[in-house]
Amino acid sequence: MANNAQAEAAHHDHDDHPHGLRRWLFSTNHKDIGTLYLILSLVGGVVGALLSMAMRAELMEPGLQIFGNPEMYNVFVTAHGLIMVFFAVMPATMGAFGNWMVPLMIGAPDMAFPRMNNISFWLLAMAFVLLVASLFMPGAPGATGAGAGWTIYAPLSTSGSPGIAVDFAILALHLGGASSILGAINFITTIMNMRAPGMTLHKMPLFVWSILVTAFLLLLSLPVLAGAITMLLTDRNFGTAFFDSARGGDPLLWQHLFWFFGHPEVYIMILPGFGMVSQIVATFSKKPVFGYLGMAYAMVAIGVIGFVVWAHHMYAAGLDVNTQAYFVFATMVIAVPTGVKIFSWIATMWGGSISFKTPMLWSLGFIFLFTVGGVTGVMLSNAGVDRSFHDTYYVVAHFHYVLSLGAVFSLFAGWYYWSPKMYGYMYSEFWGKLHFWTMFIGANLAFFPQHFLGLAGMPRRYADYPDAYAGWNLVSSLGAYLAMAGFVIFFIGLFVQFSRKEKAAANPWGPGATTLEWTLPSPPPFHTFDTLPRIK
Amino acid sequence: MHKSDTSPQPREPRDNRALVGLALAGVVAGMVGLSFAAVPLYRMFCQVTGFGGTPQVAEAAPDTVLERTIKVRFDTNVDKELPWDFKSELRSVDVRIGESALVFFKAQNTTDKPVGGTAGFNVAPKAVGRYFTKIECFCFKQQTLAAGQSIEMPVTFFVDPKIVEDDSTKNIEEITLSYTFYRSDDPSDVATAPGDGASGS
Repeated sequence: MANNAQAEAAHHDHDDHPHGLRRWLFSTNHKDIGTLYLILSLVGGVVGALLSMAMRAELMEPGLQIFGNPEMYNVFVTAHGLIMVFFAVMPATMGAFGNWMVPLMIGAPDMAFPRMNNISFWLLAMAFVLLVASLFMPGAPGATGAGAGWTIYAPLSTSGSPGIAVDFAILALHLGGASSILGAINFITTIMNMRAPGMTLHKMPLFVWSILVTAFLLLLSLPVLAGAITMLLTDRNFGTAFFDSARGGDPLLWQHLFWFFGHPEVYIMILPGFGMVSQIVATFSKKPVFGYLGMAYAMVAIGVIGFVVWAHHMYAAGLDVNTQAYFVFATMVIAVPTGVKIFSWIATMWGGSISFKTPMLWSLGFIFLFTVGGVTGVMLSNAGVDRSFHDTYYVVAHFHYVLSLGAVFSLFAGWYYWSPKMYGYMYSEFWGKLHFWTMFIGANLAFFPQHFLGLAGMPRRYADYPDAYAGWNLVSSLGAYLAMAGFVIFFIGLFVQFSRKEKAAANPWGPGATTLEWTLPSPPPFHTFDTLPRIK
Repeated sequence: MHKSDTSPQPREPRDNRALVGLALAGVVAGMVGLSFAAVPLYRMFCQVTGFGGTPQVAEAAPDTVLERTIKVRFDTNVDKELPWDFKSELRSVDVRIGESALVFFKAQNTTDKPVGGTAGFNVAPKAVGRYFTKIECFCFKQQTLAAGQSIEMPVTFFVDPKIVEDDSTKNIEEITLSYTFYRSDDPSDVATAPGDGASGS
């Protein structure tokens, strides 16, 4: 069978694909588009990380060091959030790994709408350009850039930010949203219609399940963001009053609409990570994943419940007590399917023949750190407790544990797991493991002390703080620098991987790797599955 | 887990792709529509249920009047764009539940130009919105005050006797009725008026 695939590769060895500009600009190939997304997400990740370095440098000690105008600090916070969410994590999870692996894992020749796939990518690239441009546009009085936070709450984002920077950011989100909606339609159609004969939904790899659920979340939540930011745009420029209480609008409407999108959005960022980690843990434990159906439907449950918990971001906005009670309860329910996933990963490893290769290390790091972030999430879901934690560094620590340490760790796990397949070169275990330990220690050092700062009452989104918070902020900044060093090590490892050109086998992971992509040579030929595999 | 063979076979027909794609695009359009529909739907929902402290409106007071009284406090605010003084004549009144009460608020235009304003209103605690009913209120329409004019504005309201039957509101002893006046004419007209240095935004 592998021979067949090799023959197919040899057959395609010659000029079967366009070159140069035509290959990349007009690409309709899911692998090339996945690679483009990967590059965009690396660029986004570097820009977002550099912004966070400036923030941590500012917060290293009390007083204003880096930012003469504290409004510029807010601009950095905003850009860091928006870039990491929309231009680092999402292009990597859905764009890069989703595009590369979904067709390979379900045995499809390509995505359902290859040309739409191309539009999705270039819309996102343009959105990134707009967002970076917004940094240089006039924003709040006396500053450039949009500084209203990634949540762009009205009225700070309307009457509080008269410059056009916020309009640039809104248009960037419009384009990015359109890109993701098209991508979601593409993924759902592909997964629904193009699975290889014999691959029923209940035989689909868990990564494909995670992308399917994520695509539905995108499909249902992003149009609401699009609607909300359109209202914001018309409020700012065309005299409407959706969020202006002076003229009968309601600023709370923005918060409801934003979080109706914003909460599913956090699952959009983490669910593909769940899928990747499920594949990796099973591969390196040499066991099928424990409780396959439970794992798949836990993701579905997380997606469904994720749509009915949004107001837990708004406990301090004046909800009446019965409403708060509902949102507390519904939010805590999410811990159940999440627990199913955590325990199933552990049960998968239980009694398995575990090898601690780099992807497995990252996955274990993910499971541990995501659990820490999940537990602080359950703390925050209490409306009563949240009265004290709201808008403090406790929240910052919580969502960085699930996203910066959770989602990002899963992405690195996915990179080390799949990059030998995608590009045919084996990564360096030494640099991969050094990357892991540097980043693991650095990120924990950066974010764990922020729990203490939050408990002590340090508020988010300020460039300065009283001396009492100095100690842990210093530790946090040093940890952030160490994590950044880890990111640099990642690029060194990347260079080593591509310069020493150690060929990766079709299946470098042995009998644990059972999904279809490992039946193809590494790297897979430009066109795969011209003849469909049959799943028994 | 998966076994595959790649023996040649005809490609399966996949005519559903366009259909599924279109259906999903329809879902997107529907969600955009719903996000805009949230505006009128939420307003209707609040007016019907009194959710979030939205007071009710009625033609007349109910027939039953209870012995129990409840204290109604008044809170007045003016947006910084609106050059008015706005005060309640009384800080609070004690009314019998079910009895209609008439109170006055005083507003004065402190500029030498006519200025229009509209009041937003709310009651706290939010659970009593359903039982706090207005019969007449200056806040139902825009008020315009001539230069330096001062007026008294009436509000007639009652507290619905059903408040004592609801577990979540029966122990409430004080209600706060809050008004915030916003400028509702176009301030740019004033700002562009010749020879005017004092007003405008």
